[in-house]
Amino acid sequence: MEWLMWFSKPENTKPVALIIFFVTFVGIVLYVYGSKNRSKRLETYRDIPFLDEQQGERLGDQKDTKDKQ
Amino acid sequence: MAVTTYSGAEQYNFDIVKKFAVMSLIWAVVGMFVGVYIASELAWPFLNFDSPYFSFGRFRPVHTSAVIFGFGGSALFATSYYVVQRTCQTRLISDGMASFTFWGWQTIIVTAALSYVMGYSQGREYAEMEWPIDLLIEVVWVTYLILFVGTIMRRKQPHIYVANWFYLAFILATALLHTFNNLAMPVDLFSMKSYSLFAGTQDAMTQWWYGHNAVGFFLTAAFLGMMYYFVPKQAGRPIYSYRLSIVHFWALGFMYMWVGAHHLHWTALPDWTSSLAAAFSILLLMPSWGGMINGIMTLSGAWDKMRTDPIMRFMIVALSFYGMSTFEGPMMSLKEVNALSHYTDWTVGHVHSGALGWVAMISFGSLYHMIPKLWDTKMYSQKLIEWHFWLATIGIVLYIVAMWISGITQGLMWRSFDEFGNLQYSFAESVAAMMPFYAMRAIGGMFFLSGAVLMLFNSLMTIRQAKQENAVLEAKLAAKLARA
Repeated sequence: MEWLMWFSKPENTKPVALIIFFVTFVGIVLYVYGSKNRSKRLETYRDIPFLDEQQGERLGDQKDTKDKQ
Repeated sequence: MAVTTYSGAEQYNFDIVKKFAVMSLIWAVVGMFVGVYIASELAWPFLNFDSPYFSFGRFRPVHTSAVIFGFGGSALFATSYYVVQRTCQTRLISDGMASFTFWGWQTIIVTAALSYVMGYSQGREYAEMEWPIDLLIEVVWVTYLILFVGTIMRRKQPHIYVANWFYLAFILATALLHTFNNLAMPVDLFSMKSYSLFAGTQDAMTQWWYGHNAVGFFLTAAFLGMMYYFVPKQAGRPIYSYRLSIVHFWALGFMYMWVGAHHLHWTALPDWTSSLAAAFSILLLMPSWGGMINGIMTLSGAWDKMRTDPIMRFMIVALSFYGMSTFEGPMMSLKEVNALSHYTDWTVGHVHSGALGWVAMISFGSLYHMIPKLWDTKMYSQKLIEWHFWLATIGIVLYIVAMWISGITQGLMWRSFDEFGNLQYSFAESVAAMMPFYAMRAIGGMFFLSGAVLMLFNSLMTIRQAKQENAVLEAKLAAKLARA
């Protein structure tokens, strides 16, 4: 179990943590921009706020002129 | 993606959103009034009235808690409950839990304010509440987390919209920050007084790990969640790039946690720690500006809205201030700049360009968008929204310009030496030099406060108008039924 002591030293764990975070982040960037099909799918999620709409709330149609009739 | 037709209040719990929205506006007026009062105390010291109950030291946390947790917190509760329901197309999992978060949160703000005026404080910036209030926060916050996550888990929409990611990061990070920063031992079970579990430099480090991440996750990530929903909705077009929003989210999350130590340059903290924090602060500029560009470019092709829509103007000005303060922050984290700026009013100006320019302006814009929808009417007065916008903008400019000038003047006076190597100015001389700028800052605050009062009035009149419209509608319906 002596090898576990290596992790108890901040000068070892800090660079390791940095490498883990950095590699994960690069992985996320590659995931997001790496494939055309995935990019297309991800961009469709932009429309989620508009999928659930009140009447008169469509794109470009602001709700500050409401007709209650 | 699932598409659901909106069916109003039965489908969603809007009652809780309404309550938090109204309280947010009330706390805005109360908190900003106290802010103007303490700013005036610095400009006109007789306002202290030689009484501890009126002193700057006791009122200052009343101001910060009322605006950050009362106004900002209530706005975040309101918008997060609104956004999570509408983007997940499902109702909150429990009305009772939602109601508990409302009453619990309001109790926290009131008891915190009373305790500060009575003289109880942990002396930790933005976390002055003593241990009994801290425990209540813990309970309310865990309830909020369960409610939010539970609602996401029963969503009808397969994808979790990015605004919810930002809200969730804010809830999780705040739970973590609050818990560890407030580890303390009460003097007695029946005493409000407690002592921190940390001491010396570690205590300072914990305090600023909390302090800066409160800025990062409470005042930035959460309001970015607001931005990612309300800017597209108000603009009537989807966010500029969804992929950029994903990278924005993860980059911000990875980097913010490292930067707190830049508040402790030139102190007993090891040099490498604050240097590392400064390096991450500079890196943080990229995701911050990425997010700002994503928000502003959403208006691409519809820039005329800046001219015609005052609510959109609130949002775009908020994003511009977000960009400006996220440039200023990294710059101030550089050790050489910090040597001049630290302990001066420049820091106060920087905080307020973020707090007023970004946090308050995006909240105002989002609330103006949401309030008419919640009460199913239109805003009582568009003219008053215009007035609010200009009062707020002029107020911010007066505030931050005053603080820039006074801060840099302070920094330069404190480091001036005469030909014998002695300090050229006494501290009292630097205080005297600040007086015109303190008055200018207080006037800037008055402008901003006046705008918030107009908003409260406009919103209350909107609610009244909605009730009258509903009464007329019900009367018409009743008459129709009677005739049939």
